[in-house]
Amino acid sequence: MKLKSTLLASAVTLLPVAGLAADMTVGFSQIGSESGWRAAETTVTRQEAESRGIDLKFADAQQKQENQIKALRSFIAQGVDAILLAPVVATGWDQVLEEAADAEIPVVLLDRTVDADESLYLTAVTSDLVHEGNVAGQWLVDEVAGEECRVVELQGTTGSSPAIDRKTGFEQALDGHDNLEIVRSQTGDFTRSQGKVVMESFLKAEGGENICALYAHNDDMAVGAIQAIKEAGLAPGEDILIVAIDAVPDAHLAIAQGEMNATIELTPNMAGPALDALEAYLADGTTPPKWIQTESKLYTAADDNQAVYEMKKDLGY
Amino acid sequence: MIRSTHLPLLVTLLTFVLAYALCAAQYPAMLSTRVVANLLTDNAFLGIVAVGMTFVILSGGIDLSVGSVIAFTGVFLAVVLRDTSIHPLTAFVLVLALTTAFGAAMGAVIHYLEMPPFIVTLAGMFFARGAAYVLSTDSVPIEHEFYDFLQSLYYKAPGGGRFRLIGAVMLLAFVAGGLVLHRTRLGQNVYALGGGVATARLMGVPLARTTVSIYAISGGLAGLAGIVFSLYTSAGYSLATVGVELDAIAAVVIGGTLLSGGYGFVAGTFFGILIMGLIQTYIVFDGTLSSWWTKIVIGALLFAFILLQKGLTWATTSRKRVRTGSATPS
Repeated sequence: MKLKSTLLASAVTLLPVAGLAADMTVGFSQIGSESGWRAAETTVTRQEAESRGIDLKFADAQQKQENQIKALRSFIAQGVDAILLAPVVATGWDQVLEEAADAEIPVVLLDRTVDADESLYLTAVTSDLVHEGNVAGQWLVDEVAGEECRVVELQGTTGSSPAIDRKTGFEQALDGHDNLEIVRSQTGDFTRSQGKVVMESFLKAEGGENICALYAHNDDMAVGAIQAIKEAGLAPGEDILIVAIDAVPDAHLAIAQGEMNATIELTPNMAGPALDALEAYLADGTTPPKWIQTESKLYTAADDNQAVYEMKKDLGY
Repeated sequence: MIRSTHLPLLVTLLTFVLAYALCAAQYPAMLSTRVVANLLTDNAFLGIVAVGMTFVILSGGIDLSVGSVIAFTGVFLAVVLRDTSIHPLTAFVLVLALTTAFGAAMGAVIHYLEMPPFIVTLAGMFFARGAAYVLSTDSVPIEHEFYDFLQSLYYKAPGGGRFRLIGAVMLLAFVAGGLVLHRTRLGQNVYALGGGVATARLMGVPLARTTVSIYAISGGLAGLAGIVFSLYTSAGYSLATVGVELDAIAAVVIGGTLLSGGYGFVAGTFFGILIMGLIQTYIVFDGTLSSWWTKIVIGALLFAFILLQKGLTWATTSRKRVRTGSATPS
């Protein structure tokens, strides 16, 4: 009897979860498709929603905040169960988030946070940019193992938070290791072409044999720099160690070919943890922490990068 | 008999009603007060700037600077409120004076130097956007009690729709725009100018004053739209509202105003705005269509309306020639 009632009770608690997942509608306001990573994030979000049987309403804001606010308001009017928001800027969300809270629709922030009161959103799923830089720095410290090493750095867009934080994290990791020295640091604007141009100037100014490692704030710049290093007659990955961040397919390919040494993944799967948190919240009111940090996985030549490349290349990067 | 000048307006109105009915048939939630309130709130800045654009296009001109002026206004307000202790109301007056003077200056250049409005306002567009960047490249948040107060002014309708202050400001701008166009000498002059500069001169229209006034109105309304936009986003951002001038032009043309000037109504522009807002709402409700379909549909609508205008002009002129009077254009 007791067993039966326990079974019944668990069935009752399980039922609404299953029922909920089946007809759950989630609105996703995406910034746009300005970078390969963002396109991949969109693809992965759609896949995650589909695998859970969630009806995903997707709205591309074409880089405009007004479009995002409009989309959010339309989601609220439509009465979706939850909203995923990848905010284009940090400011100006209070009013529309209040409206969502008023309609009791939980909002989860993806990839970036906002300057609004914490109570206005359920949680934010982001990577830790400082930590990414730190992982990159730590890898280099371990790799050179105490030998003298002159490092050049390709920074992201001046003043952007990824550039600032990834620089900070890297410097933190290098702190106290006097054998490592950042001799040159300049912006490559997160682009492949600028990465190449700036690396060429580094090679000219320092002399290729005097540079032992390159740290780029994203893979695109590193891929551009690899080109510059090859053109200077040096072997990227051997003569100059290369570590970057993002883990885009081309970086995996470069590692597989031995032209790059390490990359730290900025996972495009922000929606997975977000939807997990949402499902738990809607099922029994489990409140997630205000910040869910995604894993910053390190990929080196020890991993099967060819396989990862094959898997990632169709995500839209 | 329906006058042919009213026909585009009627077509716009019918398009809107039909489109709304179709949307509502598919998604009953479209009829909620939330959607209605959203249409007004979300398009407030675009609506206000489109009123000014209606004046400009009616007179046969174009104003490409308005999107940049909105961004400049937002950044200006944000920076002034951050760095000084000036009250927002004073800042509003200041920025409105600035943008109106900017518009007037462009009008003066267009008239006295006999430059095409396209080029002059293109220069104005770069100038205002550049000025916004010089003030700040970041998104500057606006935190002021007065802003909180203005944002807290809304009427919450049954069904959850929030009719906010900025929606009301847009409606007021449309009413005021309509009154000026149809009840004042300036309004008559705007239509006369759109009918042809030479004719207007012969009719004794003060060309200089009218041209300067038209662009001053457009600049001033762009400033007002900037204030509304800063209330909408609580921030000033120099990258904001890129391309809004083109949306405004599209709304004016979909609203039935002749691009070459002379014919049209602000009421049409209002429904033009609503049609564009409706398309966006529908695409979000659907959730599977790419949002770029908005642009495709607006493009198709624009093309249809231009064809309609061409057809009407052709029908009117040929009718005058044949003098058959009440033939309805097909």
